[in-house]
Amino acid sequence: MKNLFGRSLFGRTWLIAVFIFLYIPIVTLVVYSFNDSRLSTAWTGFTFKWYVDAAHDRELIDGLIISLKLAFMSATLSVIFGTFTAFVLVRYGRFKGRGMLASMANAPLVMPDVIVGISLLLMLVAMQKWLGFPERGIGTILLGHALIGTSFATVVIMSRLREIDHHLEEAAMDLGCKPFQVFALVTLPLIAAALVSAFLLTFTLSFDDVVIAAFLSGPGSTTLPLVIFSRARLGLDPSINAVATVIIVVVSIGVIASSLYQLRAGRRRQREVAEAYAQVKN
Amino acid sequence: MAPVIANTDPDVLLRIEGVSKVFDGVVKAVDNVSLSVSKGEIFALVGSSGCGKSTLLRMLAGFETPTSGRIYLSGQDITDLTPYQRPVNMMFQSYALFPHLSVWDNVAFGLRRDGLRKAELAERVDAMLSLVQLSKYGKRKPHQLSGGQQQRVALARSLAKRPTLLLLDEPLGALDKKLRETTQFELVNIIEQVGVTCVLVTHDQEEAMTMASHIAVMDEGYFLQVGTPDEVYEMPNSRLVASFIGNVNIFEGKVDEDEPDHITVRCPECTHYVGHGISGVPGMNVGVALRPEKIQLSAQQPNKAHNWCEGEVVEIAYFGAHTTYHIKLNTGMNLKVQQANLTRKTADDLTWGDRVFAHWSRDAMVVLTE
Repeated sequence: MKNLFGRSLFGRTWLIAVFIFLYIPIVTLVVYSFNDSRLSTAWTGFTFKWYVDAAHDRELIDGLIISLKLAFMSATLSVIFGTFTAFVLVRYGRFKGRGMLASMANAPLVMPDVIVGISLLLMLVAMQKWLGFPERGIGTILLGHALIGTSFATVVIMSRLREIDHHLEEAAMDLGCKPFQVFALVTLPLIAAALVSAFLLTFTLSFDDVVIAAFLSGPGSTTLPLVIFSRARLGLDPSINAVATVIIVVVSIGVIASSLYQLRAGRRRQREVAEAYAQVKN
Repeated sequence: MAPVIANTDPDVLLRIEGVSKVFDGVVKAVDNVSLSVSKGEIFALVGSSGCGKSTLLRMLAGFETPTSGRIYLSGQDITDLTPYQRPVNMMFQSYALFPHLSVWDNVAFGLRRDGLRKAELAERVDAMLSLVQLSKYGKRKPHQLSGGQQQRVALARSLAKRPTLLLLDEPLGALDKKLRETTQFELVNIIEQVGVTCVLVTHDQEEAMTMASHIAVMDEGYFLQVGTPDEVYEMPNSRLVASFIGNVNIFEGKVDEDEPDHITVRCPECTHYVGHGISGVPGMNVGVALRPEKIQLSAQQPNKAHNWCEGEVVEIAYFGAHTTYHIKLNTGMNLKVQQANLTRKTADDLTWGDRVFAHWSRDAMVVLTE
């Protein structure tokens, strides 16, 4: 495989094509965030003015703040519910309704967002009619996002829980831990990395969602993607490019830093294991 | 069920009374097992995988609840106690060291649950680490240790709470062969130094024999035989035990002569003159077990009426310290013979195809009625 895709002319061309396909749109967006012209068809000169505009654009800033808050809350809820669901599915063995719970927990993964959005909307409208609440707003979007996020978080956390040596939990119990202490002192630290991944994943899911938010938003809960989406219909404003560029930079720095950290940690661990054994032989 | 009164014999630490474990209503993992273990002894449960020894150990630890029967520790019924309520600690086969904690914190883990004062905690953890000679390694994480060191941390952690009973699940199972032998002695030394009573589970009969003062041989949930290592090895009570513990040749035959001090057994291969009596009758079918190392080989026909046979060398396995020969007898039986290599190997040694006479003394055999 290495020779076919790594070294040959075909392999290299293919690789470059994929990169272009993936990144040209993003590069274009970044470049045009510095374009002096309002139109995205012509390059007329370099400018920072769209960044200044964006910084003074209340609607954009409010949207960003709402989106960040929403993503944070949704990710937190998803990870909490996901942890419990995963724990029950992995650790409690067979119980009545397990298969049902497992498939129900996975269903939102494959369900189109439109359907989730519209069914929640119908439910909320009915509830509002009979009960008088909830008012549509951040809370209702959060409901939709947490619903989908819980499914994703469950899958991520389940796969990590399955990897853990069950004897670790038994050892903790053997050494005097009550079941809750076992969870807090042993299980939780061991799945911490998976919890972080699940948090980031569900954060992103919520942050870039348009479809569910469009169904469930109300006055005062216009998220950033909704703002961008509604403006795009009126013709793209370059200040949106500027906001997007800022987000891309922040995300890239985060991703690069975390992969570097993981790479280093992995290498250090390998070295330490080798040292431990080398030392015994001497 | 009738109430069972716990034995009050002060020497008995652990009593298992009629314990059974049935999984899913059908699979009998442990079948009506009873046992007592004395204070300070090392007791081994031996058997091949799936014989129920691990299930029994897990019931002692509290990870499984017996379907029936009771378990007493120091006279107290612990059958229904949870693992965290029992004064019992276990060393796991995989060691189960907490990867996110340092060696020191691993050893301190159990003591912290008891809410010990800081100074006493530190003192006891340090004492444990020095007992297993890992004082310098306290700050390391488990993955920074070799397999042997990890095993010692696991031991220190399971001893830290000063358990009344220590359980060892295949304690040397994860180590390579060379390390096993040295670790085996270290482990026994430490356990004896601490003076803790110990139940260990192993599939390795040699490990059981060198470490334990008593052995229970298990098969399909039953105890086949319980005894000291030499009793189990020299006086096995059944064909199963004889062939599980060590190597053995078993001749099938009929009792010919039955006297209090000796019997003779007529087999197709030869007639055995056995130097001990049995509770049986002439004509009864028995097995005669003969260990490979208790047989001698010679080129000349032995000058006696019993306890020898003739055959051809078909297989030679040279181990350095000793050699194992397979001798094909006239009946087709394959006789395993182990000879100590008392001198250096020469060209005159036995080789494939040689005809030899195998002979043994009247005290070499044991008669098996089961």
